[in-house]
Amino acid sequence: MIRVQKEDFDLGEELRALGAGNHNIGGITSFVGLVRDMAGGEHVGAMTLEHYPGMTEKMLEKIEAEANERWPLEASLIIHRYGRMEPGEQIVLVACASPHREAAFEACHFLIDWLKTKAPFWKLEEKDSGASWVEARESDDTAAAKWD
Amino acid sequence: MKILYFAWMRGKTGIGEEDVTPPAEVTDVAGLVRWLKTRGPGFEDAFQNMEVVRAAVNQEFVELDAPVKAGDEVAFFPPVTGG
Repeated sequence: MIRVQKEDFDLGEELRALGAGNHNIGGITSFVGLVRDMAGGEHVGAMTLEHYPGMTEKMLEKIEAEANERWPLEASLIIHRYGRMEPGEQIVLVACASPHREAAFEACHFLIDWLKTKAPFWKLEEKDSGASWVEARESDDTAAAKWD
Repeated sequence: MKILYFAWMRGKTGIGEEDVTPPAEVTDVAGLVRWLKTRGPGFEDAFQNMEVVRAAVNQEFVELDAPVKAGDEVAFFPPVTGG
């Protein structure tokens, strides 16, 4: 399942719901991305995530379908927030449930790596020197490419 | 044809969305970019360095040689930074 939303999410509730009622699930892995208060040595007061409504949902569904094709998952979840967030707030949740841990760990790692380079989101950081758009990092491309 | 601009592309062009009717010789994304650039300094600036511009046609990532036609939704934006 994928969700694009402005509101925060309850991590415990989401993970419980993901595994509920399916006793073939042996483990659930999750990754939660948070807003940091530093970027490039500068203090970040807040960030605003912009996205491309329509394409975002399409890409997240594609990425999730790809993970389900590659690994034997019983359930998967991607929640990505948009709008303004302050340091410490949750930005993104990726969770995978599988009979065995290897598939759950790998699929979760894959999902966040692909999402970072393929889902149309952009971060605007509010720093002491003003607001600036975050630049894409080559290391994110390298991380995504290892799953090609 | 509907054109969308995101992140700093929106800042530079000054608009998030517009409906345009490009001339008939515009048949692909690269041609569309060439034409859009003629429409003012903001557009010229936004498309100055195509290495940092990504494009999508009808919500699918495409390269610059991808075809475009009337009725398409074409989006321009910098490399994504979500997650």
